[in-house]
Amino acid sequence: MQVNIETEGSAAVCYLSGELDHHNAPAVREKIDEFSVGFCPQSMILDFGGVTFMDSSGIGLVMGRYKLLSAANCTLTVRNLSAHAYKVMRLAGLENIVTLKKCGEKGGKQHDKTEK
Amino acid sequence: MTKPKNEVKLQMESRSVNEGYARVAVSAFAAVLDPTVEEINDIRTAVSEAVTNCIVHAYRNGVGKIYIRVRLFDGGKVEIQIRDRGCGIADVKKAREPLFTTLGGDRSGLGFSVMESFCDRVRVRSAVGKGTTVTLVKNIKGRDEPCEP
Ligand SMILES: Nc1ncnc2c1ncn2[C@@H]1O[C@H](COP(=O)(O)OP(=O)(O)OP(=O)(O)O)[C@@H](O)[C@H]1O
Ligand SMILES: [Mg+2]
Repeated sequence: MQVNIETEGSAAVCYLSGELDHHNAPAVREKIDEFSVGFCPQSMILDFGGVTFMDSSGIGLVMGRYKLLSAANCTLTVRNLSAHAYKVMRLAGLENIVTLKKCGEKGGKQHDKTEK
Repeated sequence: MTKPKNEVKLQMESRSVNEGYARVAVSAFAAVLDPTVEEINDIRTAVSEAVTNCIVHAYRNGVGKIYIRVRLFDGGKVEIQIRDRGCGIADVKKAREPLFTTLGGDRSGLGFSVMESFCDRVRVRSAVGKGTTVTLVKNIKGRDEPCEP
């Protein structure tokens, strides 16, 4: 699993790619948290465009980042979710606490992976 | 009880690196039923939840064996059994409740909820000190007829 972080002013975008499961989640979490502590972004976007699999570990990752970032007054958006990842996050009611954007939705970058 | 038309058994050590192998192996075996992308993802996710639970809960203090049996039945039914000989669950009803977790950190307590909503049936049998068996049943409806004449 890979995480690439890009910044623009006080905004940060984390591009995740690979399979987000219990095995891979800790490394992703450490990378994001280490960056957040050092950079203190005002807004953070988690871009799921490259995520090919996600289970409840993805829910835990987003909820955990939400708790940490909102305590530091940073907003969190999750974008480019595949139909599947969106379904998993909706199950946790995550749409009530963070902005969730499906793949292709406005504000989410287009990418050519076709779902279904 | 109808006889399965095909069956496979897998055994693996409870190492987190095997989570990916387990879900891919199970979904590959079920691929002959011609599932949709969504149905494959449902199976992978549910298997991933059950196998992860064996690793993080059942064998939390070490490494043990995880036993998986997949059976295919006529009509598109897949039955996946995931068994461990770990610590067991004292109160299964409570464990299945959404958000219930005995581990903090980034565990959300939604593993069983994911299994339930992505499968048609989830059965859990457990005995403290003996282990847990989770049985997932998914009815594959498969792809729509191709559009060509
Ligand atoms: N195979 C198992 N052996 C022992 N205990 C288990 C097993 N599977 C589940 N449990 C117990 O049931 C609880 C609920 O499991 P569930 O998968 O729903 O949530 P979780 O694993 O705690 O969190 P999440 O799956 O969201 O990361 C666990 O916290 C654990 O106490
Ligand atoms: Mg779990």
